[in-house]
Amino acid sequence: MRDDYPRSLEILEIEKEAKDLFTVFVKNTLDGFVPGQFVMVWIPSVDEKPFGVSYLEKDRIGITFEVKGKFTKKLAGMKKADIIGIRGPYGIGFPDPDSSTIVIGGGCGVSSLAPLMEKVKKSNSIIGARSKDMLLFRNRFEDAHFTTDDGTFGKKGFVTEILEEKLSALDKVSQVFCCGPEIMMSRVIEICKKHRKKCFISMERYMKCGFGVCGQCMCGDKVVCNEGPVFESKDVEGNPEFNHFAKD
Amino acid sequence: MITIKSDFLGMKLSNPLILASGIMGISVGSMKKIADNGAGAVTIKSISKEERLGHNNPTMFSFGDVFMNAVGYSNPGMIEAKKEFSDIDRIGVPVIGSVIGTKADDFVAVIEELKDIKFDAIEIPLSCPHTPGFGVLAGQGTPEATYRITKAVRKATRLPIIIKLSANAPDLTIVAKAAEKAGADAINMGNTHGPGMRIDIDSGKPILDFKVGGISGPAITPVTVRCVYDIYESIKIPIIGTGGITTGRDAIEMMMAGALGLGVGTGIYYRGFDVFKKIANEMKDWMKKKGHLSLKEIIGVAHEG
Ligand SMILES: Cc1cc2nc3c(=O)[nH]c(=O)nc-3n(C[C@H](O)[C@H](O)[C@H](O)COP(=O)(O)OP(=O)(O)OC[C@H]3O[C@@H](n4cnc5c(N)ncnc54)[C@H](O)[C@@H]3O)c2cc1C
Ligand SMILES: Cc1cc2nc3c(=O)[nH]c(=O)nc-3n(C[C@H](O)[C@H](O)[C@H](O)COP(=O)(O)O)c2cc1C
Ligand code: FES
Repeated sequence: MRDDYPRSLEILEIEKEAKDLFTVFVKNTLDGFVPGQFVMVWIPSVDEKPFGVSYLEKDRIGITFEVKGKFTKKLAGMKKADIIGIRGPYGIGFPDPDSSTIVIGGGCGVSSLAPLMEKVKKSNSIIGARSKDMLLFRNRFEDAHFTTDDGTFGKKGFVTEILEEKLSALDKVSQVFCCGPEIMMSRVIEICKKHRKKCFISMERYMKCGFGVCGQCMCGDKVVCNEGPVFESKDVEGNPEFNHFAKD
Repeated sequence: MITIKSDFLGMKLSNPLILASGIMGISVGSMKKIADNGAGAVTIKSISKEERLGHNNPTMFSFGDVFMNAVGYSNPGMIEAKKEFSDIDRIGVPVIGSVIGTKADDFVAVIEELKDIKFDAIEIPLSCPHTPGFGVLAGQGTPEATYRITKAVRKATRLPIIIKLSANAPDLTIVAKAAEKAGADAINMGNTHGPGMRIDIDSGKPILDFKVGGISGPAITPVTVRCVYDIYESIKIPIIGTGGITTGRDAIEMMMAGALGLGVGTGIYYRGFDVFKKIANEMKDWMKKKGHLSLKEIIGVAHEG
């Protein structure tokens, strides 16, 4: 029988990663977590929201989040030994990467890809952000490709330009994993199609239950929390709501 | 040939399994998915006059057989709903429109606003246990209020009306009779139970943000069976048994107690979107084993002799 309630855990540490980006660490109690899956994070008496896992270690997990509104502000202000609840893991994650998988993250989307970036060839990770101060994991993945929209770090421009170059240059790319703004992901899908590479993307929609009951996270005919959040590109191509519409 | 085809309020159903309101029923896309997974009919998430944000998360969780929720009737309101449900034909099975209100006039206003949507029936829940202003918390489940609201709704629509009751009612058979007398065409028995509460013992806080929530899932099946059994003897209009149905065995049992229709909500959580196909197949397997050819041979048999 299933048990899906938040398991309360003490915060081990909160670290600042970049401007408005923090990582909260708690004990790893997740059974068989696959990167790309997500958890529901509960702050008692505040709210409960979905997040990916950015550090997947034997004893602890890290959740990297961007401060946006009420929930993430509150989380950023919490201290070691404060209690949060974790429910999950939920959804379908990425397939197993091999070393010739390319992993591309834009903005906060990098966080749920980080455990995969640890597994692929170092130069096969592409990380982008608007600006240097918002760039994630500059030190964690020193040999990755970095892009910033304003050119303050790495290459000036978009992650998709590096992907084009890499796919045009070398043949040995098995597949592409991607997480970021939908406009970026739909561009990645186009590029992969042109180069005939398999592509998997991770989608975000407003979530409540996280386990396929409330219907809140629908994107066209897809139940994102349950049939995703990771989809192979062919399963979202032609979806009228992908890159067009999201319920709040 | 064994058949589980069902004729319910003029709807020709491929099977008696009906998606319960509030589970996946928020869009045409989500209900089409449920229809494609074998439901005989679907019910939309309840719609109110104004938009409602509902309660904060956590709005639902489970402890084994116990499923708890306090969604708080979040819905986009009748104006948006009219757009969302404009092409319900696409769903491919009959669709029941669920309408809520804080007073009789509100139910009527929503029904009028949605009159061009091709619903096959209207369901009126008077029984939610965790939303202030609605259902049990607003006294809508008393015999008097049930009569008054049903009467008002009866005047507002020609569609079949289903009144959804709460197992909590101390005078359940009287409430069911009041609905029948006021013109209801069927009873849905019933909504979630409780409300209940669970507290996280490390933080000392109730888990649901609204603190209390309705209970559904396999844990409530015996209460639903008893309630269906009780009201079957006191009314003539058909009953949808809703509450805990998860397997073909539960479905057959509910029919033996007197249900003609079978509501399935939380069963999706326990067995997936295709719980409808699974239950239908389990019903047919059992009927085959017992030599039954149609559901008529099963409905209400627990009352015989
Ligand atoms: C599968 C999945 C994985 C995610 N992983 C991460 C992650 O690793 N790091 C991270 O920073 N963020 C992640 N998010 C987004 C994160 O849930 C929101 O940033 C967070 O809920 C914002 O809450 P808030 O109260 O601070 O902001 P608000 O002001 O309430 O909202 C800001 C924006 O966040 C989004 N949002 C708010 N609530 C939800 C919700 N319940 N479900 C989905 N989106 C919501 C909406 O787009 C909203 O416009 C993920 C979302 C999903 C669906
Ligand atoms: C998450 C959730 C949301 C619900 N929302 C509604 C609703 O909007 N309107 C309604 O009449 N019933 C609602 N219900 C009650 C169900 O329709 C059903 O009556 C109840 O859950 C018992 O059946 P089950 O055990 O098959 O789920 C909701 C139940 C759940 C679990
Ligand atoms: S979040 Fe509830 S169905 Fe996906």
